[in-house]
Amino acid sequence: MAILLFADHDNGTLSEQTAKALTAALQIGPEVDILIAGKGAAPAAEAAAQLTGVRSVLLAESDALEHRLAEASAALIVGLAAGYDTVLAPATTTGKNVLPRVAALLDVMQISEITEVVSADTFKRPIYAGNAIEVVQSTEAKKVLTVRTAGFAAAAAGAAAAPIKAVEAGTEGAELSSFLENMLSSSDRPELSSAKIIVSGGRALGSEEKFREVINPVADKLGAAVGASRAAVDAGYAPNDFQVGQTGKVVAPDLYVACGISGAIQHLAGMKDSKIIVAINTDEDAPIFQVADYGLVGDLFDVLPELERQL
Amino acid sequence: MKVLVPVKRVVDYNVKIRVKADGTGVDLANVKMSMNPFDEIAVEEAIRLKEAGKADEVIVVSIGPAQAQDVLRTALAMGADRAILITTECPVEPLTVAKLLKAVAAQEEPGLVILGKQAIDDDSNQTGQMLAALLGWSQGTFASALELGEGRAKVTREVDGGLQAIEIALPAIVTADLRLNEPRYASLPNIMKAKKKPLDQKSAEDFGVSTAPRLKVLRVEEPAARAAGVKVGSVGELLDKLKTEAGVI
Ligand SMILES: Cc1cc2nc3c(=O)[nH]c(=O)nc-3n(C[C@H](O)[C@H](O)[C@H](O)COP(=O)(O)OP(=O)(O)OC[C@H]3O[C@@H](n4cnc5c(N)ncnc54)[C@H](O)[C@@H]3O)c2cc1C
Repeated sequence: MAILLFADHDNGTLSEQTAKALTAALQIGPEVDILIAGKGAAPAAEAAAQLTGVRSVLLAESDALEHRLAEASAALIVGLAAGYDTVLAPATTTGKNVLPRVAALLDVMQISEITEVVSADTFKRPIYAGNAIEVVQSTEAKKVLTVRTAGFAAAAAGAAAAPIKAVEAGTEGAELSSFLENMLSSSDRPELSSAKIIVSGGRALGSEEKFREVINPVADKLGAAVGASRAAVDAGYAPNDFQVGQTGKVVAPDLYVACGISGAIQHLAGMKDSKIIVAINTDEDAPIFQVADYGLVGDLFDVLPELERQL
Repeated sequence: MKVLVPVKRVVDYNVKIRVKADGTGVDLANVKMSMNPFDEIAVEEAIRLKEAGKADEVIVVSIGPAQAQDVLRTALAMGADRAILITTECPVEPLTVAKLLKAVAAQEEPGLVILGKQAIDDDSNQTGQMLAALLGWSQGTFASALELGEGRAKVTREVDGGLQAIEIALPAIVTADLRLNEPRYASLPNIMKAKKKPLDQKSAEDFGVSTAPRLKVLRVEEPAARAAGVKVGSVGELLDKLKTEAGVI
């Protein structure tokens, strides 16, 4: 019953999503190996080896794997798959890119974005933007899964380190694609997917400048990450990686503050499992109030500066 | 170069669906159905490539019930040249769809296949990647920009940390994210013209692909409901509740 967890990392650091996916993996079975595919990725491998419950860490390094592009990564995983019954990854953009390719090469159906492990072969996953939950069983010889990490606590780092084994990186698939550049948003704020508090802005913000002027000071006071609706991202008020929703990031912080966001199904899909939801909206009938624990009917351009002052 | 665009008929994105009381699935009786929004973006991108002289023909293909003709007609009205409908009795899984599309690709020999990144009904986000695997092609998923070059394409992808640019060898699979383009509406004259465009009907059996599902859906449940909240009258009251009642700040 061995399980292979394809890790999310950036060579230098292991993402917290990997630790969360490990929790899901350990609910499926006890023998979990973490695969670090990368280049200069020893730091990520060492961090993975520290996680409690890991049997061993496999480290595969090559130029082609440096950015974990799908073709080379999938070929690597398929080459290792014989030793495993289950292959899984956190449902990050890397996991979502690579694992379906692995599943098809293994001729099995993937189960995407599981939110609960019912048993080693049965899982819950949201469908229709989270408006229904499917309980689905796989009788495939191998199970390929991605894990929606918002619902799983991160496995802790323990005292003893698991062994790190180098594995052959291979060259298959490398000729199909190459990395050009990353244009990543840089910020000192916490990451959206692991933040305890998120302040999100919608179309009502009106411009990039106002988004920054009004949302950021409140987020900074709260030590919060900043999120956005699709409308705000489409309009260029916030970068794409801020988008929360069915087709953006799925988050479940302790506190989610939705400012000038109407509460479309697609947005709710990304945040309705937050512990506490606050909605600030001029329209008292906005659907966002149906999921809000605390609703404040008012103009966000008055409310947010006031909130910042009182914090 | 031919561009192949698979399109799926799904529940319209504005519909709030209901789970059937007996837990066997989602109630789709008399619900508005439309083209999957991501597929509209894929169709639009293919048409723009043709308009820019970079593609010769745009072929749309749908796998599903006979009514999937409607979404194919919509794509034809937007500007696709011809359509293929592969009818199946029951809903099919992404792996099956990918196998059928592989068979279509073998016949049509497209230089590029553009798909939506996910269907908004099953939210699987698998088909494009699976098709790329089965064909042994490169994949540029979650694309927000696409530039075709000689034998290669540059794809800008929406990733968790921002954007990533990659270069992929053609033929390739590209999956469309929300910001790749804004799809056009079909004009009335184009809707009329689309009725005369060729629509080829096939069945899954014609391709020798089994449509039997691999996964077993044991039941479909209602998601956990949130308890009703309260309205607060002021910022002061809000902060007080967050501190003392909710304990989150
Ligand atoms: C395929 C597909 C995928 C999608 N994926 C996502 C997704 O992942 N995430 C997502 O968010 N959306 C997604 N959407 C879009 C979604 O349907 C909505 O269009 C979007 O969420 C609306 O954003 P909004 O709430 O900011 O804007 P609007 O719906 O326009 O709402 C603006 C709100 O601001 C309020 N307001 C206006 N002025 C003020 C003020 N001064 N103070 C306070 N409140 C004010 C208004 O009352 C209104 O409620 C998707 C749509 C499709 C079709």
